[in-house]
Amino acid sequence: MAVTVFASLLGAMLLLGFAAARWRRPESIHTLEEWGVGGRAFGNWVTWFLLGGTMYTAYTFVAVPALTYGVGAVGWFAVPFAIITTPLAFVFTARIWSVAHRHGFLTPGEFAGARFGSPGLGALVALTGIVATMPYVAVQLLALQAVLRTVGVTGEWPLLAAVGVVSLSTFRSGLRAPALLSIAKDVLLAWVVVSALLVVTMSSGWDAIFRRAEGWFATTPSPGDGLLLPDAGQLGFVTLVIGSVLSVFAYPHAVTGMLAAKDRATVRRNIAAAPVYCLVLGLMGLLGFFALAEGIRPIDGDLNTVMPRMFQQLFPAWSAGIAYAALAVAALIPAAVMSISAANAFTRSIYRTYLRPDAPPAEEARVSRWTSLVVKFGAVAFIVLLRPSYAVDLQLIGGVVILQTIPAVFLGLLTAWFDRRALIAGLGTGLAVGVALLWDVQQVGAGGRVVKAHFGGSSMPLGDTGATVYVGLVALAVNLLVVTVLTLLLRLLRVPRGRDATSPADYTADADDPMIKRLDEILDGLPARPGGAHAAVSRSGR
Amino acid sequence: MTRRARPSRAWHLLLVPPTVAPLLTPLYNRIEPTLWGLPFFYWYQLMCAVLAIVLIMIVHLATRDRRPGWR
Repeated sequence: MAVTVFASLLGAMLLLGFAAARWRRPESIHTLEEWGVGGRAFGNWVTWFLLGGTMYTAYTFVAVPALTYGVGAVGWFAVPFAIITTPLAFVFTARIWSVAHRHGFLTPGEFAGARFGSPGLGALVALTGIVATMPYVAVQLLALQAVLRTVGVTGEWPLLAAVGVVSLSTFRSGLRAPALLSIAKDVLLAWVVVSALLVVTMSSGWDAIFRRAEGWFATTPSPGDGLLLPDAGQLGFVTLVIGSVLSVFAYPHAVTGMLAAKDRATVRRNIAAAPVYCLVLGLMGLLGFFALAEGIRPIDGDLNTVMPRMFQQLFPAWSAGIAYAALAVAALIPAAVMSISAANAFTRSIYRTYLRPDAPPAEEARVSRWTSLVVKFGAVAFIVLLRPSYAVDLQLIGGVVILQTIPAVFLGLLTAWFDRRALIAGLGTGLAVGVALLWDVQQVGAGGRVVKAHFGGSSMPLGDTGATVYVGLVALAVNLLVVTVLTLLLRLLRVPRGRDATSPADYTADADDPMIKRLDEILDGLPARPGGAHAAVSRSGR
Repeated sequence: MTRRARPSRAWHLLLVPPTVAPLLTPLYNRIEPTLWGLPFFYWYQLMCAVLAIVLIMIVHLATRDRRPGWR
């Protein structure tokens, strides 16, 4: 029963993905503006769902409950992270949207390159983004695999089949496919949330759940778990939250959904309402405690299966089928968006900059399509060929790596003071420091035994105090120090700075801005200029 | 309230509380008081999310461009 519901829902969703190419069909989908950001014409509702689909992934919905199940309060870090992201995004995403709209940027790399007058910096930012995104796609697929395992489908072929079908629909429809799918996903997810609330209400209530969970954590030998943060763990918690918040502004996929919004007001309105998703995320985190109290046991010790197992054991079969489908689609949507963004980063910052500077829009779209396939199947290859745990390690490294682009892409939104050479040096130093520190982190099990000698986590101990700190922020601090000192030196030596292709007004421009031509083209039905709506503006800006 | 010609930037100060509140772990890292059986640690943060919705909405409404036909 559960499998039938799951399979038919998933099948229906994938058909929807194919139909997306026809949805609000543009004149031609063969430009990167159309394929990569849906023609920058998504309204309020679509943007809202796409935002939820991209940021609140299956990995969050599977991993956050798995974390609270495993360690308690520390695993809840995703909630403050999500809350803090919204007020910052309210200010900064609107700036990103405006400058990207005016210059036709699709990815953070292009912005960094234009802001600091350095295509090389842009290419490095793009490359860092791609390297960090690949394992992120892989962990999404791991979440999907956990669902499939719970349903009872083992082996690699179902994963390959699901990724294959989604890749095809993305290949055809571009960003329209995940956008349409996110609407359907959120309907399913709403059902899951409501039924989970019902199941919890009909059980013993939160009081008893937390008492039982507390009893469980008291029996584990690990000092780091519990209903509250250990005293020494607070710094680690806060730095992890801050690091995660900043990384949202650096991952290429994080801004893709917002760039597809049709105007500035749509961006702001959506972000204002985004904390609603935080409440859902919080509830999912609490479900981890519920699973613990109900005595749910993961399959083969894989914590990713805790959530699917809970649905299997506590929901009626047909309802569990809906929940599986919601989780599976929630894995495939971000995988699609991430592969699109990584592909755009490659096409714009590497292919067009270094390989074919005069590539026509149709060629750009073609390169992005094929690159998105490479990214997705590369992620599958990670899981199938290497041990899945490598994907988790790489995701951990990816989080630290992507933070090193913060000076260029996030601080760059505020100031063009940094020198491009200093930024490149800082990026390099930050990457080296970050990976070296991660290599040193050990995972210590019961009784002080070292379970894993390298890449055991992302928190490094601070001396003998017992306190820990998030590696990503330490590396970022080193990075910023290098950037600042070098920039000061270069200024003292009177080395000329790179040319900033953006102007202050670019950061507040709206869709009806005279510089932005695409609205008139749509309203008046004028044929798009060869080269796409933005090509003239962005080329002259380079 | 008088209608402003130019939205004031001071409204953005309202964005500070939802940014800072979830970081004050020494303040909320405790069990009591519980709400519906939830320890303080958890419901405090859920309230932060509600606070964020309210404050960001206020800032959005107060600083948006009042132009006819923004659709």
